[in-house]
Amino acid sequence: MSDVILDTDRKGILTRISDTLWRNPRLTILLLLTPPALWLGVVYLGSLFALLVQSFFSIDEFSGLIIREFTLKTYAELFTPANFDIIVRTVLMASAVTIAAALVSFPIAYYAARYAKGKWKAIFYLGVMLPLWSSYLVKVYSWKLILAKEGILNWLFETLHLSWLLNAYLSLPIIGGNSLSVSWTGTFLVFLYVWLPFMILPIQAALERVPRSMMEASGDLGATPAQSFRHVLLPLALPGVIAGSIFTFSLTLGDYIIPQIVGSSRRFIGQAVYAYQGTAGNIPLAAAFAVVPIVIMGIYLWVAKRKGAFDAL
Amino acid sequence: MTSAVVFKGVSRHFGSVRAVDEVDISVAEGEFFAMLGPSGSGKTTCLRLIAGFEQPTAGEISIFGQPAQGVPPYKRHVNTVFQDYALFPHLNVLDNVAYGLMISGTSKGERHRAAEEALELVALPGYGSRKPSELSGGQRQRVALARALVNQPKVLLLDEPLGALDLKLREQMQEELKALQRKLGITFVFVTHDQGEALSMADRVAVFNEGKIVQVGKPEDIYYRPEVPFVADFVGSSNVIPPRITEKVTGTWTTAAVRPEAIMLGDKGLPAKVRATSFIGTSTRVSLDLDGSQMVALLPKGQTIPEIGEHTHVSWAEDDIHLMEMTDE
Repeated sequence: MSDVILDTDRKGILTRISDTLWRNPRLTILLLLTPPALWLGVVYLGSLFALLVQSFFSIDEFSGLIIREFTLKTYAELFTPANFDIIVRTVLMASAVTIAAALVSFPIAYYAARYAKGKWKAIFYLGVMLPLWSSYLVKVYSWKLILAKEGILNWLFETLHLSWLLNAYLSLPIIGGNSLSVSWTGTFLVFLYVWLPFMILPIQAALERVPRSMMEASGDLGATPAQSFRHVLLPLALPGVIAGSIFTFSLTLGDYIIPQIVGSSRRFIGQAVYAYQGTAGNIPLAAAFAVVPIVIMGIYLWVAKRKGAFDAL
Repeated sequence: MTSAVVFKGVSRHFGSVRAVDEVDISVAEGEFFAMLGPSGSGKTTCLRLIAGFEQPTAGEISIFGQPAQGVPPYKRHVNTVFQDYALFPHLNVLDNVAYGLMISGTSKGERHRAAEEALELVALPGYGSRKPSELSGGQRQRVALARALVNQPKVLLLDEPLGALDLKLREQMQEELKALQRKLGITFVFVTHDQGEALSMADRVAVFNEGKIVQVGKPEDIYYRPEVPFVADFVGSSNVIPPRITEKVTGTWTTAAVRPEAIMLGDKGLPAKVRATSFIGTSTRVSLDLDGSQMVALLPKGQTIPEIGEHTHVSWAEDDIHLMEMTDE
């Protein structure tokens, strides 16, 4: 048996560091938090703030130089018909993508949370995550090929002698176009596909936390499955749906590549930002456009909170 | 009198596991019926079969004379108090209790009044505006009870409702539940693995083992007159006496049971050696070795406690030994 009870002789530089950290938990937390705080706080929030400042400047229409004086003129420009159209279009697209993503994700997430076990759970995660591992551009171009006039989807409709159906759909105003790959329906489908994992995973995580007995209790008290869904499952899954919608909504609001590759020539917010800060050199207007998604997300979360979406948290 | 719940040869198999195996039960109306057994013995599955969460693989279940085959839980006038209470975390206590009435379309004022009454019944008046997360375990248990009672079920099912409570609260709730059942006259079917709970509360007890009911009877019968060694051992840990020792005392070659508190130590009876003693509050527990068989005696306060390793003799009054069916062992 060892005689040493308090092993104070154990010394060495690493042991001493451990001892110091153990005695000063505040120091430990400080050391752990400083790097991410610098990164997030200074680099990220700092540039966001710089952007916000830029949006209050304006551009001299003749010289093209930025006038560094406080003005709301740039924001007023957002409300010109052409620019406001871009905002409305983007918000409508983001809303449609978010709602569709929630509808498609819920059953998948429900299955994964409630029924998938062991191997099937692994297959679920793999199936959901695998698309995220391949390049975003490759996926979008693949979709362009799928949706093109010479693409597999068109071929499928032809083979099934349903071309008339597709053509009738494409002849619809706004959502139609020459082919799916140059229509907003195409843009919508690609957005939906690319952001789907960001909706499925939070919903699945939320549903995972709802014990089976919760639904049984609801049924036991007389609720049909539809009523149980409405009054128990949906409210409890709502924080997950909101979390997922924050992803799909804000990602769609800010994306400029997908509408560039698949869709009509009319622009979305992301494309406007890209164009104004690049070729046009209108940084203030680009900044003002970039603030729009932030404001919309702020309003969205505020409304969600007011409606009690986070009550189950 | 009608039977509230009847099982006829009911089985529920999960793959090759026979969770419930050809069980026959008849629960009378207004009865407090306990299903007692170790975990995995099929008692909870039986409860879920009554609630409708499970469907039997074979056999027939009827509730108040009506066949329950294929009837979903939401069409059964049977309510459950869940082991984990299953209170809805997004609703406050009042809306939790009023949930069943909200579903059935009762107006808001009326269902809140009924829920308030139900909360009074379980001694939680005025707690309506709190969230379940703000309540203690015992309070949640009462809310779950109120929620199940507010629909005025014909049968109330309770799945180990007191399991998560500490001893003192559990004893208090046992008395309250029993009083409540008397007052309301509702049939209670109560699942527990705690023999003390089953014996103290129930009118009748069904003891489960490996998916089968091994004995049904009044608490006193289960306790004093176990029919099989499993019941003797599980319900209050009787000493199961092997045939060779039973024969020495009674002349019959069979297994028998003697309760630990019925055993006397002294100069007469069968020779035994003291293996261990432990003080357990109201009495002292003495483990004995009888020629290779283990036996436990409980000596009340005031008796001489033998030393470990001491040789003594074991005896009991003639009517304290209870002969059982022979087992295959």
